[in-house]
Amino acid sequence: MKYLCIFWLSLCLNLAHAREAVPLAEDPVVESRLVHISQELRCLVCQNESLSSSRAELADDLRREVRDLIRANKSDQEIKDFLVSRYGDFVLYRPEVKPLTWVLWFGPFVVLLIAAVFLLAYLRQRRAVVRPQDLSDAERARVEQLLKD
Amino acid sequence: MKKVFIPLVLFICLVIFLAIGLNRDPREIPSPLIGKPAPAFSLVTLESDKTFSPAQMLGKVWMFNVWATWCVACREEHPVLVAFAEKNQTPIVGLSYKEIQPQDPAAKQSDAIKLQVARERSAVWLQRHGNPYTTSVMDLDGRVGIQYGVYGVPETYVIDQQGVIRFKHVGAVTPQLLAEKILPLMQSLGKS
Repeated sequence: MKYLCIFWLSLCLNLAHAREAVPLAEDPVVESRLVHISQELRCLVCQNESLSSSRAELADDLRREVRDLIRANKSDQEIKDFLVSRYGDFVLYRPEVKPLTWVLWFGPFVVLLIAAVFLLAYLRQRRAVVRPQDLSDAERARVEQLLKD
Repeated sequence: MKKVFIPLVLFICLVIFLAIGLNRDPREIPSPLIGKPAPAFSLVTLESDKTFSPAQMLGKVWMFNVWATWCVACREEHPVLVAFAEKNQTPIVGLSYKEIQPQDPAAKQSDAIKLQVARERSAVWLQRHGNPYTTSVMDLDGRVGIQYGVYGVPETYVIDQQGVIRFKHVGAVTPQLLAEKILPLMQSLGKS
């Protein structure tokens, strides 16, 4: 009878122990990876915030999803690929370089190049217009006169 | 004379770019799911503990509509869906998305109680506003929402006979959208 009692008590203890899962935030490895990954991800609701800094509800849910994926031993790339497959390239702050994003990645450099070409053309043209004239003898004499004084 | 027009041309270019840029909705994000198979899931419905999964709809063109009783824009689109369901045979499946919000007093309860509260609340809401749904599935934790790339409620998907997502709309469905986009799409899918 005594042993049975202990048995039941120990069972109760086990139950009490199993009631609540350890909060995920206490796993520092998962959290540091979460922060690392989610800094590269955009919050869909408040678009100027990263997923790691956003307090929106969807961001909470997505962080939970990323945590689950980290715990399932997915690589950073696999996690990002999953989110891109659901939400599109838009979730990435640094979208992949592919034909669709070429304008995004190279557009500014192309514009810079065009601007440089225009600037060079303009400068060349301007040099032709305001070419310094040689001084005449009278002017040279006058300059020397002025410098002496 | 020609040079005078250069600033004017530049200005017009600027105005055109601004007009395009400022008239676009930054919240409208193109979905990568178009043309992809609808993600599988299995959830209990509003009506019973029997689970629903998209595989059961294979062979049919159907609409998948994300909604919640707390969602204000849903109220706006709901009469449109009710009218659509009265006139058309197309099944509409509802995804009751995160009915119990974190700030909700019921949020601290157990999952079973949350499900019960969510079901009661949703049923009352549907009774009051009409029920266009063949069935509604209960996505309490929003995980299925993430699978479908939901980022704002309401959202609406059109899924074809092969279970492929053919259309997605974020925001309230309007009669205009139904008439100009969704119905023609459904008709063309129905023929193929």
